[in-house]
Amino acid sequence: MALPVIEILGLTKDFPTGFWRKRMRRSLDGLTLAVEEGEIFGFLGPNGAGKTTTLKLLMGLIFPTAGTAHILGRSIDDTQMHREIGYLPEQPYFYDYLTARELLDYYARFFGYGAAERRQRVARMLERVGLADAGGVQLRKFSKGMLQRVGIAQAILHDPRVIFLDEPMSGLDPIGRREVRDIILGLKRQGRTVFFSTHILSDAEMICDRVGVLHLGKLRGVGAPGEILSMESHGMEILFEMRAGRALPADLLPRAAQTGQRYRIEVPEAELYGVLEQLRDCEARILSLAPVRPSLEDYFLRLVESPAATPAVEEPVR
Amino acid sequence: MSGMSGAVALNTFREAVRDRVLYNLILFALLMIGAAVLVGQISIGIERLVIINLGLSAISVFGLVMAIFIGVGLVYKEIEKRTLYSLLARPVRRWEFLVGKYVGLLLTLVVNILLMSVGLAAALFAVGRPLLRSDLSILTAIYFIVLELALVIAVAIFFSCFSTPMLSALFTLAIYIAGVFAWEIRDFGALVHSPAVHLAVRVVYYTLPNFHNFNIIAAVGHAERVPFSLIWQNTLYALLYVTLLLLASATVFSRSNLK
Repeated sequence: MALPVIEILGLTKDFPTGFWRKRMRRSLDGLTLAVEEGEIFGFLGPNGAGKTTTLKLLMGLIFPTAGTAHILGRSIDDTQMHREIGYLPEQPYFYDYLTARELLDYYARFFGYGAAERRQRVARMLERVGLADAGGVQLRKFSKGMLQRVGIAQAILHDPRVIFLDEPMSGLDPIGRREVRDIILGLKRQGRTVFFSTHILSDAEMICDRVGVLHLGKLRGVGAPGEILSMESHGMEILFEMRAGRALPADLLPRAAQTGQRYRIEVPEAELYGVLEQLRDCEARILSLAPVRPSLEDYFLRLVESPAATPAVEEPVR
Repeated sequence: MSGMSGAVALNTFREAVRDRVLYNLILFALLMIGAAVLVGQISIGIERLVIINLGLSAISVFGLVMAIFIGVGLVYKEIEKRTLYSLLARPVRRWEFLVGKYVGLLLTLVVNILLMSVGLAAALFAVGRPLLRSDLSILTAIYFIVLELALVIAVAIFFSCFSTPMLSALFTLAIYIAGVFAWEIRDFGALVHSPAVHLAVRVVYYTLPNFHNFNIIAAVGHAERVPFSLIWQNTLYALLYVTLLLLASATVFSRSNLK
């Protein structure tokens, strides 16, 4: 079996708080996780869950209190490993006295490219993130969305094998978000591994092979988005119309939501056939029958609302 | 210096230029023009002394202000604005970043000082005095100012690795002032009879960077010859001290958690 591209073992980070009497606050608690090559892995969690802390630890910007992590088989302390990875920080801020072209050229210098190679790469990246016409504009004149695109460009400038993106869709309009999703999917097609944090769950649902849900510094679940959803107890939603002069059975009435002639009712799977028979008896016209699929958002919200809840899926190491 | 540090240094220089740091040159030029006009009217035979003293002192003060106030923000600003995040995600070691920032600011100051030196030469020319062989010592004084500022930047960077710009500026200024009066500190130790105090004063004297030895402005004004031994001793001293300070800075910075 191939080694995971990202392997995190018991990563823990405490931060001191308070001025006089220093106390430690645990921001990340024993995170253990593995990401395979070519995956798009979504790292989900509300603000303060520990997502950015995890990414900063992996990038060597802060140091772990306990635990270790390896990327492409090399320790996160190994600076040379950074040749193979790209990183977009949360709410990126760049040298605003530089133009987008100068900034990318500056970052490209750290990979030893010659002047011609740098020029080509920078032009290609600006084109790829839709900033070809704004390459000569100083970054202080850029909007938040444009800065986010520059951030993505600098993260993938050197064709890294693993790309870490911290809230890449943040600050983008719907079109920009779709473009970023396309870029991420394009990276996957090239065989790259993408690890990105987000709290925009629909984005994660759409493009992730797997997601991990982090809450209060602890990993609460890991799995395919569908896998996480399948853990939920499903029900069925029935949409139907009543014929004129026919009344809904009394026991269904309190559970049904009415809009004009139409009714919508959610029933547990075990009761489905019984309810359908009742509806047939009263000559209701069934319009649709669909499983109630709780969204990742529902899952996420439930976790947030019950911090002590047992993890729905616990799959720390594959 | 590694290629990584070189890239950081060039960007630091570019930042200083685009932040209009070199605008101080206009002030310096005005000062020199004013001085040249004024000494032509009020001083008889001491134009050289006045212009050299004023010019070199201005170069030193302007450089000092820039070294401290830009130096203390070099690292802090990159952390505060989080520009360092994207940079350290590249194959750049933290010490390479520090060395790059250091060299970048030093380069900015050297360019600045060179341009101010041209201004000083122009002022000397303006007061109608031919250049003499002894004027070469002015170049030595300028070289010592560069060495002095190289040391000040290293002190500022060291403090900025663990302190706010305001405190770092205060600490650096305090160290500079104490370093200028290093000999007085040593002489004070000789006056005290307590062996403990004597030892403490000696430790402070040898630990503090001695800025006194870099100041030869008065001697140059009087066309005194600067001994060659002082040149190489000062060079070696500055090199050693800067290396030690950068090593200490790198040690602190390499294990510090960024915000």
